[in-house]
Order: sequence, then structure tokens, then C-alpha cells
Amino acid sequence: MRLLKLVPDDTNIPFLKWRVPFFVVSIILIVASWVAVATQGLNYGVDFAGGQEIRATFTESSAAPIPEIRETVGALGYGDPVVQRFGEPNQVSIRVRLPDEVADDKEAADRIAEQITSTLQTNYPDFQLDGRDTVSGKVSGEFRERAVYALLAAMLAVAIYIWVRFEWQFGVGALFALFHDVSLTLGMFALFQIEFSLQIIAAILAIIGYSLNDTIVVYDRIRENLKKYRKMPLPELLDLSVNETLARTVMTSLTLLIALIPLLLFGPASLFGLVAAIVLGLFVGTYSSVYMAAPILLWLKVNSDSFIPRENVADRQERIARGEL
Amino acid sequence: MLDFPLWKKLWLWGLTAIAALAALPSIALLANQAWPDALPDPTINLGLDLAGGSHLLLEANPQEVRAQRLENMEESVRTAMRQAEPRIRIGDVSTQGGRLSFMLDDASEIDRAREILLPFINGTGMVREWDLTVMDGSRFVLTPTAQGLDAAVDQAMESAVEVVRKRIDELGTREPTIIRQGDNRIVVQVPGLEDPDALKALLGETAQLEFKLVDQNALPADVAQGIVPPGSEIFPYVEDSPFAGQSVAVRRLGGIRGDNLVGAQQSFDENNTPVVTIQFDQQGAARFGTLTSENVNRPFAIILDGKVLSAPNINEPILGGTAQISGSFTVESANRLAISLRSGALPVDLAVIEERTVGPDLGADSIRRGMIAMGIGSLAVVVLMIVTYGRFGIYATVALVFNVLMLLGIMAILNTTLTLPGIAGFVLTIGAAVDANVLINERIREERKRGRRVIAAVENGYKEASRAIYDANVTNFIAGVLLFLFGSGPIRGFAVVLIIGLFTSVFTAVTLTRMWVAGWLRKSRPSDLNV
Repeated sequence: MRLLKLVPDDTNIPFLKWRVPFFVVSIILIVASWVAVATQGLNYGVDFAGGQEIRATFTESSAAPIPEIRETVGALGYGDPVVQRFGEPNQVSIRVRLPDEVADDKEAADRIAEQITSTLQTNYPDFQLDGRDTVSGKVSGEFRERAVYALLAAMLAVAIYIWVRFEWQFGVGALFALFHDVSLTLGMFALFQIEFSLQIIAAILAIIGYSLNDTIVVYDRIRENLKKYRKMPLPELLDLSVNETLARTVMTSLTLLIALIPLLLFGPASLFGLVAAIVLGLFVGTYSSVYMAAPILLWLKVNSDSFIPRENVADRQERIARGEL
Repeated sequence: MLDFPLWKKLWLWGLTAIAALAALPSIALLANQAWPDALPDPTINLGLDLAGGSHLLLEANPQEVRAQRLENMEESVRTAMRQAEPRIRIGDVSTQGGRLSFMLDDASEIDRAREILLPFINGTGMVREWDLTVMDGSRFVLTPTAQGLDAAVDQAMESAVEVVRKRIDELGTREPTIIRQGDNRIVVQVPGLEDPDALKALLGETAQLEFKLVDQNALPADVAQGIVPPGSEIFPYVEDSPFAGQSVAVRRLGGIRGDNLVGAQQSFDENNTPVVTIQFDQQGAARFGTLTSENVNRPFAIILDGKVLSAPNINEPILGGTAQISGSFTVESANRLAISLRSGALPVDLAVIEERTVGPDLGADSIRRGMIAMGIGSLAVVVLMIVTYGRFGIYATVALVFNVLMLLGIMAILNTTLTLPGIAGFVLTIGAAVDANVLINERIREERKRGRRVIAAVENGYKEASRAIYDANVTNFIAGVLLFLFGSGPIRGFAVVLIIGLFTSVFTAVTLTRMWVAGWLRKSRPSDLNV
């Protein structure tokens, strides 16, 4: 049986040749992402903005009366509700934010929740409540704070681990690649105004783990090659390492992708945001392992000495005398 | 590296078998099949987002505990001074600024007064509860200590949890989870609840019942304007009372609380309107008896959570310890009040600050969709692995099956909760678990290309790949732990699957496949590898 080879043997793609333009593009994208977050803002769901989200099915209707619902709920005076299809055509999600003036009122969210549900139940006899999330301003503020800490802590912790296991240059490279991944993911959410919830933070934390897998595999090979080919110029060595691990990088990203896509297409509607964020992060993360994590090592002047710790000064001088170094 | 003695094989297979078998009851649960009672049944819990139910986060306001404590102390001080032999006379008691202060009429009695107050100040617990200072010769100032307050809030929260539990039990729901969280929060999880509003109404009622004498000297005009006569306080009527909008002035002290109840039922009075009948315990009955006999033909107000239910006249002393509370009830609201009174008053006011409710149908639908998506995804991964790596792909596939089973089995043994994001975690684990196999197989390919012989190539493949596998799993573990610490409920379920999945996937994708590959190499001694 002839086996499938997604990546031909002995590829020799000069990845590093284009490092400067790619790096510049990446920096621009990172900056653009933060500009998008700053100007457009993230479309916070109830987790982070407070307020309530109702998920409902109109059991007797083929499609939910979305414009009507928007009007009915809007008339209650809690600002413009976000009413969207959620899953099947007769299923909707209705999102109402907490008015600013009641942000300090703990029970406000709860009060609004009951009013909206009972209004809809009166107006639509086939209204069936599937789920309801109500989050007060106090709790949503805590969630925002914890999300920032969790992201920062995760990035720092893994970068420190890489530093300890490899060298400081690798730690910086990994941290930068992660910063790139997190920034671009946030940027996409700001640009497309996809609902940003607790699940998305969970997805980003998972991305931090999986994006790093790629980086580690490339780094591991760089370390191995640094020991093996001491005299190879660094750009060449980095290219060689990326090419040698290319088959694995492609294959792993692919297995993750084909496992996740059915969940995106057929999975429960409540998981869409989470899975979409991970898929997005998968592309960004694979790219950053090759184009951010590796070139940074070049600029930070990694060399093979860091991985040959056992040689003492006398041995080294002897080798210099013999003209080996 | 490729040497597997019999004991090692047995051990590995045994471990795999136990963990995989432990998954079976959970699979039955997810597929909605009955599991035979005779067999052991470690099972995963289904999160509320899959099983349906309500999650409520309640927060208490510690301010009320403080106010309550101050009021109790005032009563105690007055009573103690009055009952002292001979009586110690004191002036007005001020409770401003959260402190209690009063003057002695006779400054020479300072030492005696201090002696009397000592037991109240030191309290019954390990911490001193109040600080006593004497100012200007005869002014006593009692300030609550921080430790004393903390202890009081803590105690109030402990009993609040108990009260919440009793009330939810009265609703007859199955297996509610009620956990105290942090200093002043309570998490309530009730699976399969259809009507979360009823639950919230029940928990929202503090059910502090008070009987206080109406201040008949207060001028109705003053009361309407909110002018409080000295020694009295004003309470409004409840919204659905015929007197709604009006207020009643009552004597601040000397009333009694509904703390000493042994029973409360909804019933009907002679006019067939719903009322709540309460029974006091012995102590409560005695106090209620005294209050009513000393005040025949005067009205007293029945106050619930700061609102007046009704203010009936005391026609005769009530000595039997049983009383009827009337107050414009419906059968439903009378019943709810009866439940609240039976389970005791909440020592603190609880506000719902987060609610997540999922209907049971939606949860079941999520499981079905999740399982279908997981099946298709796994199939796609398996096909890709087999066409890419042939025999080694088949090993990876079998390992993947065991991985899923072991992951579910270990979750069942540890009795963890599977949530909706947890299903995504399963899919993610399936996609990522084969990464180890990809790394190993690619490395074996490479080693073969470099001209190593079969056995050496396989051995090197496993050896060289394990470094990266190890590092990658440690960093994923770090991210997973932070995810666990960050998240609550559903997100934790996601983290749990990812973390346990790291262990099972290293075990199945590296250790088990190595054992199988070693067995095959030993048996058929291939001269070439199709990898």
C-alpha cells in the first residue's frame, strides 16, 4: 500500500528568506488588532458586560419572529436588544445589556430577566425557554478582571517553562509568538464583532497550549540541529529545522482541524464561538511558530554554545588550539 | 526501549482495561440506556448545561448582619442595666456610626456597669467581640471589633447555607448542590429545575418575621410625612395590602421575633382567606404570651422583611403558642411564606447576582449533537492517520479508541463533571492526541531515510520524539491548570477534560503503541517499514 504524503520528502523551502517582510506584516497585524480592540471594542456577551441572554424556541413556528421580538423587548426600555438566530431557524438568542445606571444595583440584572421572560411568554404562546444567563454588573466585572489575569499568567508561565527547558532566547521567542496569537484572535473578534464570552477566553487559553506545541516541536529540532551542525550558519539551520518538522506541523494542524470542523458544522450552537476561536487560533498559531518564533532566535543570536554546557575551559582551549573552533 | 517483559505487558493492559471498563456506565448514561444495578457504576456527572437545571450565585449583604448585631446588643445592654441590683440608670442609647454609646446617669457606677457588660463584650467565642471605651467620665462607647464582625458574618453565612438547603429541599428537587463560596457567597445548583423563578422567589425572601407594638401616640400626619417619634420606627405596608402606600409607626424595642418557630402551615381563616398558621416553641410561646397579655386591646404589627403584613388588634392573650398571620395572601404566597418560616429566617439578605438556566431539552440536544460531531471528527482523524501511516496509523487509531475510553473512565472514577465545553475538550483531545503519533511516525520515517535499520529507526523515533512530546504536554498542562483556576462551572469541565486527556493521550499514544509496535517487530521481524 502506498501511503499518503502530504508534504513531500526533503522539502527545502526558504522560509527564513522572507522573514523580514513577514515579520513586518505580523507586527502590522498585531498593531491593527489592538487598534481594532481599542476603537471597535469587543462585543462583550453577558458574561463580561452584565445583563441577560435568553435562548428560546418558538415551538409552533417554522421561523422565529426576530424583528417583532426586537421591538417587543426594545419597548421595555433596556436599550436595543441583540436578537439572533441560535441553532435552528425557530430558535433565538436575545441579549440585553445592563443599563449603565444600574451597574451597581446587584439585583437589577435579575429583575430585568424576569420582566423580559414574562413579557415574551405572554406575547408568544409557543415561546419555550431553553436557557437563560443572567449576570450582574458586579460578577461581570470580576470575570473581566480574572480573564486578563488568566491570559497574562498563562503566557508568562509557559514562556518561563520554555526558558528553563531551552534558553532565554527561546522563551522570548515563544512569548512573542503567543502574544501574536492572542492579539490576532482578539483582533478578529473585534473586527467581526463576534460575541466575546467566557468560552472565548477558555478557547484562547487552549490556543496558548496548542500553538506552543508547534513552537516546541520546531524549537526542539533547532536545539538538536544546533548540537549536530555546529558550523552551519544560523539562517540555514533554522530553515533546515522548520523544513524537517514541516510534515509533522502540517499533519498535526490538519488532524486538529478535521476533528474540530464537524463540531463547528453540526455541534451545539452554544459551542460555536469556542470552536471557531480555536480553529482561528490554530491557523494563527501554526503561522507564528514558523514566522515569529524561529526568526526571533536569529535576531536574539542563539548559538550552539548554550547547549554544550559540559565542556570546560581547558577542553575548549585545546579545541581552539587544534583549530576546531 | 522496545523490550516489554510479560509483567510490564500485563500491568499496562490491566491499567488500560480497568480505566476503559470504568467508562461503560457513563457511555450508557450518555446514550440514555439503563445500566444494570448489579454492576459497579462509577459515572461522570452531567453538568447543568447538559442535564438541564439552574445555577444561582447568591450574595449576602454583610451590612445587615452588622445592623442586626447592633440592635441585639442594644437590647442586651438595656435589659442588663434594668435587671441589675440595684438598677443602673442610663440615658438615651445612640447607635450612630455603627457604634453603641450611652451615658450613665450616675458616674460613680462606672465600675459596676463595666462588670455587667463584660460578658457581652467578650462574647462566647474565641475572639473579643466589642471594644469598650469610657469617655468624659461616664459615656460608654461600644465598638464592634473587626474579628467579632467577621465571625458574626461567617456564622450568619453558615446558617444561611442551611436555611437555603432546607428551603430547596421543601421544593422536592433532586440532589441540589449548595456550596458556600468565599466570604459572602453561596452557589446553588439545582438539576432539572423547570421553574427557576419559583426558586428565586423562595430564596429572595429573608423571612424575618417580627411582632412589634404599634406606637399609638404617633400622630398619623407625622407618620405619613415620615417623621419618626422618639423610640419608634416606621414601616410601610406590603404592596398587595389594602393599606399599601401607608405606613405604621411601631415601638422599636420590646417586640419579638419569629425565630422561635417550630412549625408554619398555609391554612384558611374563618372568612376562607389564605393565612399562615405558626407554632412557637416553648420559649417563643411564653414570650408571645407575655406580649399579648400585657397589651390586650392594643394593635401590634406583623412585619415581614421590613414590610407590614397587617396590624391586628390583640383581642385576648394568646397563650397556646399558635398564631395566625393574615396579610392579603394568595394560597401560593401563603404557602411560600410557610415554607420560608419553617426553614427559618435567613440571617442575611441574599441577592441573585448570577443565574444560568438550561432547559432539559436543550441539554439533551447538545449531547446528541456533540456526540455526532465527535463521531464524524474521530472518523476523519482515523482515516487520515491510516492512509498516511499505514500499520502505524492503525496502532494510533486503536490507541485513540482506548484514549477516549480511558479519559471517560478516569473522569467517572474521579466523579468529575462533563459539561458542554467539556465535549469540545474531548474533540480537541482526539485531534491533539494523535500529535504524539505523528511526531513519532514522522521521526521513524526520517530515521529510515537516513539509512537506519528497522529496529534502530523505531527505537530512535520513539526516543527522539519523546522530548518534544514531554515539553508540549507540560506546557499544555500549565495552560490547562490556569484554565481550571480561571474558570467556573462549564469552563472547569473543559479544563478537566483537557488535563486528564493529556495524561491518557501520552499513555495510549506513546506507551501503548510502543508496546504494540515492539510486539509486531519481534514477531514478524520486517526488513522494511511502510511508514
